[in-house]
Amino acid sequence: MKAHRILHSARWRTALALATVAALALTAGAAFGSRQSGKATTVTALIGSSGPAETFAVNAAAKAFSKQSGIDLKVIVASDLGQQLAQGFASGNPPDIFYLGNDQVATYAKAGDLAPLDNLKNVKSFYPSLRAAYTYKGHLYAAPKDFSTLALVINTASWNSARLTNKDYPKTWKQLAAVAKKLTRSGQVGLCTNPEFHRLGVFMIQAGGWLTSKDGKTATVNSKANIAAFNFVKSMINAGSMKLTNQLGVGWGGEGFGKQKCAMTIEGNWIAGAMTHDYPTVSYRVVQLPAGPAGKGTLQYDGGWGLAAASKEKPAALAAISYLTLPKVQLGNAKAFGVMPTVRSASARWKKLYPQFAAFLAGADYSKSIPTVPDIQTVLGDFNQQLQGLPNSPVKPILDRVNGELQAILK
Amino acid sequence: MATRVAGGRWWRWREPGIRGHQAAAGWLFLAPVLVILGLFLLVPIVMAAWVSVSDWNGNGSPFGANAHYVGLANYRHLLTEPGLDQNNFGQAIHNNLYYVVFVVPIQTAVALFLAVLVNRRLKGVGFFRTAFYFPSVTSSVAITVVFLFLFSADGVINKLLSLFGATGPAWFYDPRGLFHVILDQLGVQQSSSLSSQYFLGVSYWDWLSGPSIAMCVFIIMAVFTTSGTFMLIFLAGLQSIDESIDEAAALDGASEWRKFRHITVPMIRPTLFTVVTLGLIGTWQIFDQIYVGTKGSPLNTTMTPAFLSFNTSFNSNEWGVGAAIAFILFAIIVFFTLITRLLTRNPDRVSRRRRFGPTQGIGNPDASRVVTPEGAP
Repeated sequence: MKAHRILHSARWRTALALATVAALALTAGAAFGSRQSGKATTVTALIGSSGPAETFAVNAAAKAFSKQSGIDLKVIVASDLGQQLAQGFASGNPPDIFYLGNDQVATYAKAGDLAPLDNLKNVKSFYPSLRAAYTYKGHLYAAPKDFSTLALVINTASWNSARLTNKDYPKTWKQLAAVAKKLTRSGQVGLCTNPEFHRLGVFMIQAGGWLTSKDGKTATVNSKANIAAFNFVKSMINAGSMKLTNQLGVGWGGEGFGKQKCAMTIEGNWIAGAMTHDYPTVSYRVVQLPAGPAGKGTLQYDGGWGLAAASKEKPAALAAISYLTLPKVQLGNAKAFGVMPTVRSASARWKKLYPQFAAFLAGADYSKSIPTVPDIQTVLGDFNQQLQGLPNSPVKPILDRVNGELQAILK
Repeated sequence: MATRVAGGRWWRWREPGIRGHQAAAGWLFLAPVLVILGLFLLVPIVMAAWVSVSDWNGNGSPFGANAHYVGLANYRHLLTEPGLDQNNFGQAIHNNLYYVVFVVPIQTAVALFLAVLVNRRLKGVGFFRTAFYFPSVTSSVAITVVFLFLFSADGVINKLLSLFGATGPAWFYDPRGLFHVILDQLGVQQSSSLSSQYFLGVSYWDWLSGPSIAMCVFIIMAVFTTSGTFMLIFLAGLQSIDESIDEAAALDGASEWRKFRHITVPMIRPTLFTVVTLGLIGTWQIFDQIYVGTKGSPLNTTMTPAFLSFNTSFNSNEWGVGAAIAFILFAIIVFFTLITRLLTRNPDRVSRRRRFGPTQGIGNPDASRVVTPEGAP
């Protein structure tokens, strides 16, 4: 940009990063190989935190674990988790354990960055669907630590002023379109959500479509069901009862909803934190998403702990992961930042704690996770970019394009 | 180059002689810089070059067992194989090309204009010099964040526009191309023959889209932040012009514009080359603003090669392709710099260089730099 900053700009920065990587790689064997002699074992955990509440909760759990086991568990909060992990893997000295989303797990597992967790002590306690979301080529590569689903979030005041009652919560697409229309008034649109597969994908599942065929070998992005799903979304946009967040000029559905620019949005558990902190005066309800032609459907986002293949403290790191996924730790996290526990035994407690969010947990029965395919996050990134143009372009070319891109990485 | 400064050729530096010790001392003094440049410049470039022709997947050292030589496969993948990576690359080149085409001429013109303004001897001109330079010393990240607020859908800019009865676009969320918007206003419809032909995964119609509305904000921002820096460079150039030349032209009856066009501009030609070249390099490498501001959204219309290179490497784990993008970007910058060199070369100097033989160096070497105002009586 600026003349005197040229040396700081991108190419040089990448180059610098690679140089650091080289220097670290050269010294890795000598410097870090001998660190545990005499001293207590240290395990480092790299996390991408959603905010102070999460950082505090993870640190508290880490402290409790250190006290109990004598293993020093050090938590580092990443500013850019993907970038810092990549640097760690390249240097041969990555953090021992780290947050891992299920859209990244296949990419890293394929590159040999991850150690399988098949021997984790509490591996049987997780929901099978969550284990499946972290399984690549027959091995489990992350311990599910929490998950979230998408549901319909409704502004209670708008709902009541449109003379809608408890009986009017939409059960079908037709009803959804009808209430969205009723809720639309000057300055507030009925429904808004992000122009992303990660939100609009729920309509694909409800229509009976999905990204891939059942065996995961064929891309089905441009299937008839998916076209029907996006045509339904477009019909609501054209009717003026739905807007994408880029049309509203807000960052995400929670912002549009909190600023009362829309009366309903499709969001996950994390919206609770945003509403409490940023928009405490807006009262809302969470209900299950309506069913489409093929029944109910929602998307699920999984958080897990991964273990680095290059970790030099694998047994200690495994113990840390076991502890961090215990029911009591997960319930602590649920209290701190609203996520749902990944162990069945904790779900009853969770429901009692959060009756108002029961719809999120109910979604777990019919939700789908992003397929575990290397590099799928890049394809979905392009899907999201293309969906930003949905209001102004026909559905088929977008889906055709993404279908081709997905098929290219499935082979 | 550096060794000449030390006063001897490197292969003779051990020979005893009147300057032998000086050479050794020179090397000693150069050593820290050579080590730093080697470690942080030469080694990374060589590494990146190797990565761009390898299949390294980010696991362990790129010189380790995990990386294999794959020839030009990564470059072929980007340039010849249709697919997501090529689409993104084509789109990034398209975006950045329009960014450069708009930013470089505008910022150069604005900087020159400001420099001419503050070059006068007026009261309080020091204040304006500082004020114009101020955006350049502010962090680009901070300015990006401020612009995010200014240009948000219900931000200051749109409030201002609404005072005049105009409805502003959603700026950072608007993927429409500037030329497409203008054509649309003129009633020109999308041409199907242009939409069905593709180059680098982008249709001909989209190549002609112009910068997106979102990219226009970055263009405005670049002009705002960078003009001050280049104003300073121009100011130094302007102050090296001898006042007597200006006076002579004035005595000859040249108007202000004539003096500017036929005296000032030719005399600051080297400065102009510097400014345009630095502008080209800077604009082709735009990264910070995109990383902080939009991450390539909306509809990939603010994706740039530098950001794509980072994203492809760090997030998609395709390190070879990411490094290949960086080297193609390097080639593009060299290409444009050479073009600038050709265009801003002093025509007199060119002819002098082409002269071979003893005539070279005879006479006043700077004679060609004194330009008489054309058409002056």
